[in-house]
Amino acid sequence: MDKFLTHTGVAVPLKRSNVDTDQIIPAVYLKRVTRTGFEDGLFAAWRNDPEFVLNRPEYAGASILVAGPDFGTGSSREHAVWALQNYGFKVVISSRFADIFRGNSGKAGLLAAQVDEKVVQKIWDHLEEHPGATVTVDLESRTVKAGEGPDAIEDSFDIDDYTRWRLLEGLDDIGITLSHEADITAYEATRPSWKPVTQH
Amino acid sequence: MGRTLAEKVWDEHVVRTADGEPDLLYIDLHLIHEVTSPQAFDGLRLAGRKVRRPDLTLATEDHNVPTLDWDKPIADPVSRTQVETLRRNAEEFGVRLHPLGDVEQGIVHVVGPQLGLTQPGMTIVCGDSHTSTHGAFGAIAFGIGTSEVEHVLATQTLMQARPKTMAVTVNGSLPPGVTAKDLVLTLITHTGTGGGQGYIVEYRGQAIEELSMEGRMTVCNMSIEWGAKAGLIAPDQTTFDYLEGRPEAPKGADWDAAVAHWKTLVTDEDARFDQEIVLDASTMTPFVTWGTNPGQGVPLGGVVPDPAEFEEEQDRVAAEKALEYMGLEAGTPMREVKVDTVFVGSCTNGRIEDLRLAAEIIKGHKVDPDTRLLVVPGSVRVRMQAESEGLDVIFKEAGAEWRGAGCSMCLGMNPDQLTPGERSASTSNRNFEGRQGKGGRTHLVSIPVAAATAIRGTLSSPADLVPAGSTHESEA
Repeated sequence: MDKFLTHTGVAVPLKRSNVDTDQIIPAVYLKRVTRTGFEDGLFAAWRNDPEFVLNRPEYAGASILVAGPDFGTGSSREHAVWALQNYGFKVVISSRFADIFRGNSGKAGLLAAQVDEKVVQKIWDHLEEHPGATVTVDLESRTVKAGEGPDAIEDSFDIDDYTRWRLLEGLDDIGITLSHEADITAYEATRPSWKPVTQH
Repeated sequence: MGRTLAEKVWDEHVVRTADGEPDLLYIDLHLIHEVTSPQAFDGLRLAGRKVRRPDLTLATEDHNVPTLDWDKPIADPVSRTQVETLRRNAEEFGVRLHPLGDVEQGIVHVVGPQLGLTQPGMTIVCGDSHTSTHGAFGAIAFGIGTSEVEHVLATQTLMQARPKTMAVTVNGSLPPGVTAKDLVLTLITHTGTGGGQGYIVEYRGQAIEELSMEGRMTVCNMSIEWGAKAGLIAPDQTTFDYLEGRPEAPKGADWDAAVAHWKTLVTDEDARFDQEIVLDASTMTPFVTWGTNPGQGVPLGGVVPDPAEFEEEQDRVAAEKALEYMGLEAGTPMREVKVDTVFVGSCTNGRIEDLRLAAEIIKGHKVDPDTRLLVVPGSVRVRMQAESEGLDVIFKEAGAEWRGAGCSMCLGMNPDQLTPGERSASTSNRNFEGRQGKGGRTHLVSIPVAAATAIRGTLSSPADLVPAGSTHESEA
């Protein structure tokens, strides 16, 4: 996984709450057996609408999504994270993420930055006035910044310490866990014999 | 201080704990299917890793498989590739697989419990959010993404931050005709889709204790629909009776040892939950959704709500968008909503008890001529059991389609899909936009509501039916 330190990019306002994983990528697009190529399915139903925000020219090349609360609810499909990444997104900003989506983001290297609801509104207002404007997300200092001068936005975002550390270092989870293999083997020796197995 | 059930099960599975790090949690059972596993096996191959415990891993084909012509090669080449990839991976890595055509094939969350692999006090994961179903047995069970699937395959563990705990206490008894599905839909409308976020929820109270294992699975299944990490129910005699004698349940002295341990898996009296919700089952009624998330519901006897009546602006905007998508007018009685397709099935309501209840209501009636009824058993075993009881004949005589086992129209990955604008009453778990097919409109309902709706063609409960065989019946 690549290290994530800071990112500056064009931010897109997605003014909807409860953006579920079936909206992020409908099930019919989940049939690939690779981790790439899912950008076609991203917001597939909404992108049919020429007015949909991602279809507007000022947001071409966007890499930061600024969404309403409860982003990523529903299914466990990591394809939702891959679709966002395959399309070019590096960061999603929301006031609340569904647990599994947030977990999947951390594993796959997409930054899920949780901010106060008011911060989402401030960024939306800023993007309304300045369509195509960039936002900077700094993982080191856990801050989001947009605009300049007296109206500049600078606020903090939440991410758990462990995920932040892994993203900053670009670490592979499995490698970390396998360094504790002796603990796993020791635990396995204590499991009751009546626990079920799938092969006899 | 005492511990909650969830804390006891969690503590029993901690392999390693360290300051500032999530717990390393041992996983007792890892369930796999064709959609969320291929990239995980690819990852193992790239890193030269093996599956650490194939004997704690089970694979089945369920998400994209057809429910017609399942004995022929899958027509859709992309689906076929995905299924064939699972078969190759299972063989290469030594994982037990129940493929299409196998007697144990079916929806992963139906197969685990019916084999007796799902037992109290376990940790169970699967690359599917409805893994919470297995919590009905007093297990901690939750859905994971593909990176975590790979992690479990390689290490049989997961790094997990310890969630908070919540009790949902449902006092009183459910009135006749009101089911576990109505209970959980009522709860989700009460909490909203994010209300359970960050919590492992324990369902308790008289109404929960009175549920069958199938009903408990329905409730735990939908824990994810209000954002909970997992939902569980303390094991009791109902649980033990369900498990005893199942193929993978402990036998002889192992059974006694297991039950002795399972009986300790209750929340201590002096344990404290971080949060508590109390509901009264006796006031609950058949419940249906009107919108595009499972928290947008009303009693069947109610009307489509007016968005203007929502206090929060976000809820108002969401309701407006939902009504536009659903093609509904505020104030319309739910009972007047005309339905094109009724779907009976899924990991929420696709077990034998569900099919028995549906058949009991449908028996002697005909499906409304403008309505299609699709009955999809949750597993091949459920299908065979239903056929041995003659339920398939009841469905077919009523004009329903009797299908093969799988996830089917719950998520529309196989050919069982709604067409744009088509409206369903569905016993599944999600009414998201496009979930059952692009442009499809879903109302989540219980089994009795689904069955009655199929007969009348509008959202209905069995109380609305003219008794089978009476003179009014022939008018239709």
